[in-house]
Amino acid sequence: MILARVVGTVVATRKDPRLEGKKLLILKPISPEGKDESGYVVSVDTVSAGVGERVIAVSGSSARMAEGCKDTPVDNTIIGIVDEVHLG
Amino acid sequence: MLIARVVGELVATQKHASHEGRKLLLVQPLNLDGSNRGDAVVAMDAVDAGVGDRVLLATEGFSAMTAVGRPQSPIDMAVIGFIDQIELLPDVSS
Amino acid sequence: MYLGRVVGCVWATVKSPGLVGLRMLVVQPLTPELRNTGKPIVCTDCTGAGTGEMVYWVRGKEASFPFLPAEPPTDTTIVGIVDSVHLKSPVALPPKSSSRSGNAGPAKRGKAKQC
Repeated sequence: MILARVVGTVVATRKDPRLEGKKLLILKPISPEGKDESGYVVSVDTVSAGVGERVIAVSGSSARMAEGCKDTPVDNTIIGIVDEVHLG
Repeated sequence: MLIARVVGELVATQKHASHEGRKLLLVQPLNLDGSNRGDAVVAMDAVDAGVGDRVLLATEGFSAMTAVGRPQSPIDMAVIGFIDQIELLPDVSS
Repeated sequence: MYLGRVVGCVWATVKSPGLVGLRMLVVQPLTPELRNTGKPIVCTDCTGAGTGEMVYWVRGKEASFPFLPAEPPTDTTIVGIVDSVHLKSPVALPPKSSSRSGNAGPAKRGKAKQC
């Protein structure tokens, strides 16, 4: 799982039928301190996250264990919205 | 999933039987600013994409295999959607 | 999947029983412009590709699928031999692969023919 920030949205009308109705968001990985890290990933939203929010995302086959993603061609999903991060 | 652009097509006669009948595309993964992200890869086409299209690229085996309808086939990347529009926060670096 | 060129082959007498009978080839990954990129890797093969041929290969768990129901411990497999690459902008093809493999020296070239 990674910490990430939602930085944008992707609109795709022609896509795999199993992706229909799913919101696609662009995530930028962040450090626990909240700094942007390199790279990005397009992720399916299962928790109604919004642009600007900090989220938790899972990748790989685990992504399909999220709500409503079983047997869909999805390799990254947002599974939580981060309220706070406490660092020791 | 990554944002990518179709840059070419690939022809292969002798290949794994499960790859028959599907187009092979050369796709260049992109950064958020539109620059190239690493080298182009070979992906199977699930949505009838063509050269120049901006597409959604699945980079994990199961997603790629089921998108092209070939379970248990050696496919690790597939084009699974056309991107119409991308909206970004203004403060995002690539 | 990724583009590559077969540049050699590997023999191993002692290996995982799952790999017995599989061909193992050395593959140099290529860009679509057919320039070398990254370091050469060892791939199992399900197509019968030979040295000098351009191929495409798959990475990850999917690499073992061509050999089902056997599940050999491989993470990269050649799954097709490339006939041609069509790019949006025409590319100047590099010199024939034979001149490149010539750098390997006569001894290695002799071996490569056995692949």
